[in-house]
Parts: sequence; structure tokens; C-alpha cells
Amino acid sequence: MPDSLPRAEVERVARLARLALTDDEANLFARQLADILGYVEQVQAIDTTGIAPTSHPHITGTVQRADVVEASLDRDTALASAPAADHAAGFFKVPRVLGS
Amino acid sequence: MTPMMGAAEVRAAVASRQLSAVEVCREALDRIAALDPGLNAFRTTTAERALARAAALDARDDLHALPLAGVPIAIKDNICTKGVETTAGSRILEGYRPPYDATVVARLEAAGAIVVGKTNCDEFAMGSSTENSAYGPTRHPRALDRTPGGSSGGSAAAVAAGMVPLALGSDTGGSIRQPAGFCGITGFKPTYGRVSRYGLLAFASSLDQIGPMARDVTDAALTFKVLAGHDPRDSTSIADRAPDAVRHAGLDGLKVGVPRHLLDGPGVESDVLAAFDVAVGAMQTAGATIVEIALPHASHGVPVYYILATAEASANLARYDGVRFGSRADDAGSLDEMYARTRGERFGPEVKRRIVLGTYVLSAGYYDAYYRKAQQVRTLLGRDYAHAFGQVDVITCPTSPTTAFPLGARTADPLQMYLSDVFTVGANLAGLPAVSVPCGVSSSQLPIGLQFIGPAMADTLVLDVAGAFERAAPWNGAA
Repeated sequence: MPDSLPRAEVERVARLARLALTDDEANLFARQLADILGYVEQVQAIDTTGIAPTSHPHITGTVQRADVVEASLDRDTALASAPAADHAAGFFKVPRVLGS
Repeated sequence: MTPMMGAAEVRAAVASRQLSAVEVCREALDRIAALDPGLNAFRTTTAERALARAAALDARDDLHALPLAGVPIAIKDNICTKGVETTAGSRILEGYRPPYDATVVARLEAAGAIVVGKTNCDEFAMGSSTENSAYGPTRHPRALDRTPGGSSGGSAAAVAAGMVPLALGSDTGGSIRQPAGFCGITGFKPTYGRVSRYGLLAFASSLDQIGPMARDVTDAALTFKVLAGHDPRDSTSIADRAPDAVRHAGLDGLKVGVPRHLLDGPGVESDVLAAFDVAVGAMQTAGATIVEIALPHASHGVPVYYILATAEASANLARYDGVRFGSRADDAGSLDEMYARTRGERFGPEVKRRIVLGTYVLSAGYYDAYYRKAQQVRTLLGRDYAHAFGQVDVITCPTSPTTAFPLGARTADPLQMYLSDVFTVGANLAGLPAVSVPCGVSSSQLPIGLQFIGPAMADTLVLDVAGAFERAAPWNGAA
């Protein structure tokens, strides 16, 4: 692992994660992530031929419940925590999605 | 100020009406007001709600039926409390008042506990020092220039300073046990799935577990019994069954495994090793048999953990998008810009670093080499523990390689911070119950923690063994 990841690589990943980084952050993370990846790479030397991956401990199957409607948050309560909402219409409000 | 009474003592006094729940609650609130300005253990106090609940409790005639009657408790700020600000130490959730209580909060209140406030933590529980909180670090009650550990550092400091007898923490890679060890208290991470995660702001869902932090093992065990149980709202919650059989109520005849090969690495302080050896000697004196065991994949625990935990975090934290809760960047011209700027401006550096790392290890071309590989090594690590528990009843090792480090000592080097989790991540990766209890102090009088790890579902055994150790070697009173 080199001393630093390419800046473009950090920016690509940050875009995937919808995360705006400053120049300083992108440069810092490029260095620190190279450090961390260089360390965690040790797992690649372990022989795992034929070993099943573990996603959760102690989980043996998917839990199901009866398909019965139960009480949940009412609309006003759900909207109450939103940074912007149209309470009368019952919508979360966001900036424009299409065009500019 | 003398330390507050323990939870069992408070409960006995309230149930027998030697003290009222209101008196106890006022005392806790007074201690918080007096001591917290120097420590920053609390994010929020809930005086009004707490006193009202305490008064309602005093009016009841069934206090003897309530296992935590009148016991003040502090809740880590990544656990939802209805109508009470819950930020998980993040700016992105500033002002967020959840519309519901976490299952653990509902269970505690049903048992008579009084929630007096929310405690500071590393942002979204990502950290080992509480320095990653957006609301300032918490200080170690015995050494103000040091960290109390993390991420449940506020809860640990609140109990250690005697502000409350009990607190809840959450433990993804050691976040209950490490601060408990640093602060000289008891911290217990139950078997994965024994305690509901409903209402816990998710960090790494296959690793997260809520547990008690207390002055002694008795209080931790009392609280665990209240917390544990099946919850249909958490799909990883384990179905209720008969309490696990206790094979050993004490140390006599117990087989204790010591993974000596893990202790030889660099970075383990000599005072920690010395205290550990004295502790193991005390177990032998009390009749335990010490067995050297091998956990061949345990030295890979930290890399496996930081791949899996960051991958899961990058997915879990996608929900903080400025739409449904929390705060949002101003004046964004488009939805995409709003998402990116809200997250960029309102997550702290460690959370952003982990989201980038987690997204990287999950992204096309790297998934097999990092994420899937780490999941496979996780399987091997689980087998190591299963093999060891074929030979021994419990495993013991230090909780952390060092005592509480100075504030600022590791903030510039994330990898160095991650290595403080070397002895704790294994229990999370394998889903095992593990407890940290005090086992002495360093030459500079800083507490040293000792860990007991048990097989899955042997929570009671682990707590019983820790209790027996505490009685055999009562360092807990060192404060």
C-alpha cells in the first residue's frame, strides 16, 4: 500500500457516500486510509478456502411475523422531526430534484 | 461529596421506604449539577421528567415488585428517549427528539428505574476516548487531563464519579468494557441478541449490543436481568428461554483460559501485565485451574473489526440525509447537493473517515478482498472461541493494553486509537458475553480492567465468575 491513496479515489468513494469533503479532508483521508488499509490488508494472507462468511453471530434464519397491521407513528409525529415539512399536505420537503 | 449508594442499596432503601424515590432522584441531580461541569459526562439532564416519575413511583404500593425501584440511571446519548434530545454526540442530530423510547428504556422504567439524563459519547459510538463527540470530550473523574475511554465515556465517568449508580452503554468493539476498565467500574456486554437494539442508533448492526455500567457486578447483573429478553421489534433478538444453567457459582473448580500469546505483543503496558498476572494468581488461590489456550485468529480481530464495522456503518449512516430528522445544510440548490453538504458539514472527522473506509471496502473491485475476506476470518475467529470453550469455562485477559491515556494523545493517529480495542473486539465479532471488572491500579493510580469472556448465552456464568473474582480480590473499593 503506498503512503497515500490517489485523491481521485477518495473523491470517488465520497461521492458514492454522498459526502462533501473539503480539500484538506480529502488529502488527510487519502493518507490515513492508506495507513489503515495497509494495516487491515493482513487479512488477505489468511487461508479462507472453503470458509463460509459470517454476517451475524447466532443468526440461523430470517425472522418473520404475521402479516397484521399494527399501530405505528402517525403522520404528524413522523413529520415533526423533519428539518422541512409541509404538515398540511403531509409531505417531507426537499430541495429541487430535477433540473437546475 | 461521598459516592452515591449502589443500585441494589438504593432499591432496597426505596422499596422499604427508608428513602423516597424523589429524595434519591434529587440527590443524583444535585451531584450531576455539582460534578458535571468539570467532567462533561452528561449531554442532557431530565430533571422534570425524572422528578415526576419518582413522585409517581413513591405513590405506588408495589415497590417491592420493582427490581430497580427508584434507582437513578443515565442513558448513553445514542439510545432513544421519547421527547428527550438524542444526538449520539453528532451535530447532524442536534435538537432531535425521538418520538419513541428504546425498548431498554421502556424496560428500565417499567422496573422502577428513573432516567436522569443522557451521557456524552464518541459520535455515533465511533471512538475509544469520547473525544469524537461534537459536544466536547468527557474527562476522566480521577485524572482530568485524561480520557475516560470510549465510546461510552460519559456513562463510565458518570458512574465512576458517583453521580449515578447505573448507566447504559453500547458496545460495538469494546465501548462498554474499555471505558469501564479505564474508570474502575464494571461494564458488561451481553451475548449478541440478548438485549434488544430497538431504539439504539445503529453503528454496526452485527456487532452492537447494549449493556449495563455499574459500580459492581451485583448491580450490573441486576440491571442485565431487567434489560434482557426477546423483543419482536429487533429481528436479531434471541427468543426467550430458560436462564442458562450455572455450572460454577464461584472460582473453585472453574477452568479459566488465558490466551497468553495475545499478551506478548508490543503496546501492552507493564503495569497492565503485572495486574493481570496478580489477578490470575488470585483466581488460582481461589481454586480455579488456569489453562493456556490459543486463539490463532484473535490477533487479526482489529483488522477484521475495522473492515466490517466501517462497512456496516457506511450503510447504517445513509439514513442521516437531512430529510426526516436532525438538521440540514442551508441553501442547497439541489437534492444531491443537500445530501452531500448536510453530511459533509454535520458529521465529524472520524465518522466521515469511517464512512469513506466502509464505502471503499464495499465498493466494486474491493468487496471480495476486504469485506468478504473479513467475514470469512470472522468465521474462523468464532471457531477459535468455540474450540477454546471445549477446554475451559471462561476466558480471561486484560480489557485494554493500557490505562487511560491523556486527552489528545491519539487523536491525530486513528490507527493507534483503533489498536486500543485489541482485547475487546473478539467478543463482538463472535457475539459472546464479556465483562470488565477492576483488577488493580497502575503506578500512577489509574484503574486497570480485567475481562472475562464466556460462551454464547452464558451471560449469567460470566457475571457469576466476575462477581466471585470481585469478592476474592476486592479492588473495587480502591476509589
